[in-house]
Amino acid sequence: MATVTSGQPYHGSRVKTWWTILKISLEERFVYRGDFALGTLMRFLPIITQVFLWYAIFAASGKSQIEAYTKKGVVAYFMLTMISRAFSSMPGLCSGIALQVRDGEIKKYLIQPIDLIGFLLITRVAHKLCYYVIALIPFAFVFFLCRGFFENGWPQASILCAYFLSLVMGFLLGFFIEASLGLVSFWFLEVTSLVFVYNLLNFFLSGHMFPLDLLPDWASEFVNLLPFQYLAYYPAAIFLGTIPPEQVWLGLAVEACWLIAFIIIARVMLNRGIRRYSGFGG
Amino acid sequence: MAGYRPSYLNVFLTFARNSLVRDMSFRTNFILQCISTISWTVMNIGFYLIVFQYTDSIGKGTGWGRDEFFVFLATTWIINSLVQTFFMPNAQQFSELIRSGNLDFALLKPIDTQFVISFPRVDWAALSNLFMGITLLFYSLYQLTTRIDSPLVLDWRAILMYPFYIACGTVIMYSVMITLASTSVWLGRNQTLYNFWFYITNFSRYPMEIYKVGWGIALWAFFTFLIPVLLVVNIPARIMARPLNTMTSQMWQLACFAILATLLCFLFSRRVFVRALKSYRSASS
Repeated sequence: MATVTSGQPYHGSRVKTWWTILKISLEERFVYRGDFALGTLMRFLPIITQVFLWYAIFAASGKSQIEAYTKKGVVAYFMLTMISRAFSSMPGLCSGIALQVRDGEIKKYLIQPIDLIGFLLITRVAHKLCYYVIALIPFAFVFFLCRGFFENGWPQASILCAYFLSLVMGFLLGFFIEASLGLVSFWFLEVTSLVFVYNLLNFFLSGHMFPLDLLPDWASEFVNLLPFQYLAYYPAAIFLGTIPPEQVWLGLAVEACWLIAFIIIARVMLNRGIRRYSGFGG
Repeated sequence: MAGYRPSYLNVFLTFARNSLVRDMSFRTNFILQCISTISWTVMNIGFYLIVFQYTDSIGKGTGWGRDEFFVFLATTWIINSLVQTFFMPNAQQFSELIRSGNLDFALLKPIDTQFVISFPRVDWAALSNLFMGITLLFYSLYQLTTRIDSPLVLDWRAILMYPFYIACGTVIMYSVMITLASTSVWLGRNQTLYNFWFYITNFSRYPMEIYKVGWGIALWAFFTFLIPVLLVVNIPARIMARPLNTMTSQMWQLACFAILATLLCFLFSRRVFVRALKSYRSASS
């Protein structure tokens, strides 16, 4: 599959193709901007219950700090995981691929000079860009209102760089993990339950549900070996300074390894899958 | 159709049987669904076990210790599983019927439209949550009644009232859901409203005391008196688990109010539903 695009006469036209795809997807996405902005604001509602829950936990424990988090720190953590998730969550990617394999739409990529994974990545980038443009206002509004929860203020410039890098890598890692899951549909037609299990593990082990530092030692050792933490916990922990600055870059290097691994997995699966695939009819 | 009275029970049983047949024809899928629902509850327990490593109770002086809270959690699961088994798939289908114009077929049937909209699909796999809820309920009640200091004494009135308030809670949830689903007649599409349902019911998942600090009082009042989702789990769980070993008179007042709230919610949702049907214009050509 990957060789199809390289058959093009020169590099410039390929860039132009991808640019066109990006532009079209952006326009497609901006159609529902009102729904988007409202939906984004409502996504902060569950955080309100989280705030009350954790305040109640802190009040009852009599402690001012639980592990690395103060009462306000926990709220800041949950708000930052919202940002991490805005980068790493890929709604509909996996089931979309599965559907295309099942109903044969995947044939399109076999005959057109477009790479499936590349195409999906570009449309996803467009989706996310569009989301950030519209979500920026509600996010900025909520973060401004809640700035008091960020007791340490802005981190240093180098940490901030690492933070943005971790967000971008979180996006790519999330994309390639879900793409690989979706490509499983070449072997099993129904991947819904697989997606459910993935979402479940993701919710719990990425730190979306609670800061991973709270896990008992044996469990956190295990969770550290998995890629999920980079999808929500890691960026937030970098920003809050929970991770010592000298370890931040090491963690990012490990994340990069995971990313490369999943790029390779997705690529290999696509190649193998297409060899297995047989399409019938028009 | 004057004079003809359909047997609602028989129709419902037929719906339930059809759904079961359907679920059983994809048995592996059914089992996988059960397993994933159960793993969700297991992870939830894991989370609260972690929380209770750092604190003795949810909220200072509220009496929601680990086992009391697990009664609360079990009640949440029981009510949620009832809603998910009987109503959730149907409410989702309702918006789709409106959008596609297929509601015409439901309107033509010689039976109450709200009934035929609310029950045709029973999601049997969601009942595994009910099983988990009942197991957790019995386990934590056992822990509470056999603990050494101030063990819980189960009152037969509490045991009778518990299922009654579970039913009330389920009706409140159903009313909120059908009201939201009915609005799709006016909105055409309501993906956001479904998220809205999850966000609203999210407030019902914790003991109401946690909201009674600072401006949370406003939230507490809103979700107790206007959209009474806070009563849904709180009242039955409190009657059963008796945090602080007592029910204050204020709690009894809330419990009485819960009955009224259930009735009002149901009547309101019925009103909205009938209104929605009147505004419905078929979408088919």
